[in-house]
Amino acid sequence: MTAAAAPALKAQRRSLYPSWFYAPAAVIYAVLFLAPTFASLYFSLTRWSLSSAVFIGFENFAQFFREPFLIQGLVNTVVYAAISSGLKVVLGMLLALMLTSQIMGRGYLRSVIFFPVLVSTVGVGMTFTVLMHPTNGMINEALSLIGIKGPGWLVDPKLALFSVALVDVWKGVGLATVIYIAGLVAIPKDYYEAARIDGATPLQNFFYVTLPLSRPATATVITLSFIGGLRTFDLIWAMTKGGPGFASDTVASVIYKQYQAGFYGLSTAGNVVLFILIAVLVVPLTMFLNRKQGFE
Amino acid sequence: MTKTKLFALMGASTLGLMMASHAVQAQQSGYLSFLIDNGPQSVAVAEAWVAAYTEANPDVTIDIEVRPGGGEGDNIVKTRLATGAMADVFFYNSGSLFQALNPTQNLLPLTDAPFQANVQDSFKSVVSAGGEVYGAPFAPAMGGGIFYNIPLYAELGLEVPKTWDEFMANNEKIKAAGKVAVIQTYGESWTSQLFVLADFFNVLAEVPDFAEKFTANEAKFATTPAAVRGFEKLQAVFEAGYLNEDFGAATYPDGLRMVATGEGAHYPMLTFGVGAIAETIPDHLQDVGFFAQPGDDAAKNGLTTWMPDSIYAAKTTSSPDLAKDFIGFIASPEGCDIRNEAVGATGPYMIAGCELPADVPPAVSDMLPYFAEGGQNAPALEFLSPVKGPALEQITVEVGSGIRPAAEGAALYDEDVRKQAQQLGLEGW
Amino acid sequence: MKQRTSIIGGFAAIAATFVVFVIPFLFIILMAFKDRQQSALRDFSWPNGFHLFDNIFEVVKTRNWMMITAFINSTLITVVSVTLLIVFAAMVGFVLARRKTRFNGLIEFLILAGLMIPPAVVPTIWLLQGLKLFGTLHGMILIEVAYNLPFSIILYRAFIATIPRELDEAAVIDGARPLDVFFRIVLPLLWPVTVTNIVVQSVGIFNDFTNPLYYLPGNGNATVQLTLYNFQSQFSTAYNLLFTNILLITIPPLIVFLFFNRQIVAGMTAGAVKG
Repeated sequence: MTAAAAPALKAQRRSLYPSWFYAPAAVIYAVLFLAPTFASLYFSLTRWSLSSAVFIGFENFAQFFREPFLIQGLVNTVVYAAISSGLKVVLGMLLALMLTSQIMGRGYLRSVIFFPVLVSTVGVGMTFTVLMHPTNGMINEALSLIGIKGPGWLVDPKLALFSVALVDVWKGVGLATVIYIAGLVAIPKDYYEAARIDGATPLQNFFYVTLPLSRPATATVITLSFIGGLRTFDLIWAMTKGGPGFASDTVASVIYKQYQAGFYGLSTAGNVVLFILIAVLVVPLTMFLNRKQGFE
Repeated sequence: MTKTKLFALMGASTLGLMMASHAVQAQQSGYLSFLIDNGPQSVAVAEAWVAAYTEANPDVTIDIEVRPGGGEGDNIVKTRLATGAMADVFFYNSGSLFQALNPTQNLLPLTDAPFQANVQDSFKSVVSAGGEVYGAPFAPAMGGGIFYNIPLYAELGLEVPKTWDEFMANNEKIKAAGKVAVIQTYGESWTSQLFVLADFFNVLAEVPDFAEKFTANEAKFATTPAAVRGFEKLQAVFEAGYLNEDFGAATYPDGLRMVATGEGAHYPMLTFGVGAIAETIPDHLQDVGFFAQPGDDAAKNGLTTWMPDSIYAAKTTSSPDLAKDFIGFIASPEGCDIRNEAVGATGPYMIAGCELPADVPPAVSDMLPYFAEGGQNAPALEFLSPVKGPALEQITVEVGSGIRPAAEGAALYDEDVRKQAQQLGLEGW
Repeated sequence: MKQRTSIIGGFAAIAATFVVFVIPFLFIILMAFKDRQQSALRDFSWPNGFHLFDNIFEVVKTRNWMMITAFINSTLITVVSVTLLIVFAAMVGFVLARRKTRFNGLIEFLILAGLMIPPAVVPTIWLLQGLKLFGTLHGMILIEVAYNLPFSIILYRAFIATIPRELDEAAVIDGARPLDVFFRIVLPLLWPVTVTNIVVQSVGIFNDFTNPLYYLPGNGNATVQLTLYNFQSQFSTAYNLLFTNILLITIPPLIVFLFFNRQIVAGMTAGAVKG
């Protein structure tokens, strides 16, 4: 750093905001992120063993889409992202309303809701895998106390993906809540005052004041959790490894499996597919959310 | 340096030289890194070998690194080989998984090492590529079949089945007695493959050239009735309701515990499970027996066998001579003795001069007749063909939990196999 | 009337969050106190006897004290990469917020792309290998910096926009050089958002599982998350040890939480909503 500062010594007349301030970040970012991203466009068209690459055209993509579970994996990815971000929006908003009201124990509530955000995803995944065990898990044992036979949370192919998404919500709802709290606190009190004078019910208050005015927070929560959901890997890998069978495979776990099998070109093609999927879904979404935000 | 060579040296030497034999023995020096899988047995036996070897060669330092098993471990081994960051010597599978390591490029040839003279040719064939031998066996041969609980069999008056129908009849009686007939542990999905993989003796009994045709892309699982049988068997035990209630979440240690303590009657597994039982549930070691997965004809009853895993040296090693010497030590009768002492005997060795102790557990003695004269056995498919799809364990979980019918599972596996063959760049795919 | 509903509501909320959020952590703690037999039951029961210290010792000494290596590595990766992130991201955020050029649009696009695009894993491995950085802590640190830069820059840029420009211009008249202005005047002013950055990024990097899984193989390079993952099979019959391990790696985030509880919420929201 100090060595790099030397040229700036005689730069009295140069800008106070020198372009080279971009340099360290730009170099790291370009070399370790942009370069591999561009390289992936080429390697996704090869059969690749790291030491040698054979160009095979779009064969990998054809293979990837022939992969019988990939369609399933694509659907799973979108479903997972939609469920987890949807629930985070709804629950985060409700919890934030609760925590900005005159409820008692606010400090405690905010702490316990937020703390899981900071905890290791792998640790959370393992803990819930034990809690969700079909016969021995605490959740089903508690359910059986009140006479309900709990489902096979992670072993029932119809449920596994949802169970993981629920754990994702458990871990992530604290962040959504905190973002909403900030959004709600920032709404000027005059609006509520005006609404009160107009005789608005609490429900009208919520739909005509709170909801529209917390739109920036909603946009942030949706964007963060939807992208996160589409890219999700660690929780799924720690809990089901995509199973049972292929029932909870997402694109990211399929990519990892191809990598594990040593199919590097194929894995990279999967990466490109995931990239396209995110671009196709997220770009319109953020444009929509931000356009609305502009009206405010 | 093998023991025989050492004796020869000593015989030719004078008394003075004999007194200095310690120095002769300690001629090896240097450093080796040694990558092993995290099975409790691998760790225990590797530590014993390293201790014995470094005691004999005090100037040698060997660092043991432990990696996870299963697909995770495959990944680490492949990546480290591909990136030139492999340990000097390491444990890994033989057969098709070995072929996937790109051995001619990544591994150190051990063809001319003196210890190879004692290694059985059948083993050499599964660690050879491009005319060179790259590995040495570090464990006994295994069988894939079915562990059963001996006291439970005695209590219900059952006999070891020779055909699949007898096996299912036994299961029915066990279920009627209120016990778990078949233990499955899909919480660790690799364990789900056994009914399919261990059925291969029966496939070969009906279609002797299946392996060659399979490799050449001429025979398919889905279109070979004998090969679909394995998938059908997996489906049958699920549909008959023989499985333990928590089959989807139970793990390999759960399965071993259940079959050893009699919570369940049958557990399809490789015989290396004997070592884990000896380690974790030694009180019940005598209660576990073993039989080959039965086929449809009692006259053609035989065992599907697994070649032992192998120890390899990376081509990038900086001390190839030391690596070869250490591998030779492991693949010597002395190495086998150390293994027997450290983790017990789990099956017949592939090295001339290696002996099993007299008092082997019942599951091992049940296996020996299949290997003896007049016994019938055949290697698993992965030792006859380099083609093995990576998604078999997910497919067998699906078939074994009623998500996908057997025939579709077999067809899906053919797809998976095609992908792997293409990625390996095999002829004819 | 209103008072009473809020008390009832308060109790209901406290009870519900206790069941949903606190009990799983109590479960972890209780399991870590149990011995092997009792933990095998995996139920929510009081431990028979105190085994926490035995369990901790057992976990820490597993595989040649790998846990210690892992904690050292994870701490190193976290501290160094967060330091680099803060300095580099603040520099970019500062210039980006202050100087309007025709490149600003491109730069903002790259930042958004960095937030969205999933890293191309295998090409990155190939590249790291070419740079002799694969499987090294340096490589891992640079990767964490590269992947987390966009988020940090966004936080900084939003915050810097709220600081009056006159402050840095005044400094220049006094004859200060750009770097001095930045480190002596601007960076201290950014303290609130720097705290946010420290907390968010250090927790994220400390808890990172996927990237070390791909880029940092080998025992000497173990990180705490990978160690937990790898111990899972070794501890598969010893739930007391598995949960002791989970408990151990939860302590650093807990400390961060206790120290920065208020700042987290304040800073995170400031950055997130404005950004």
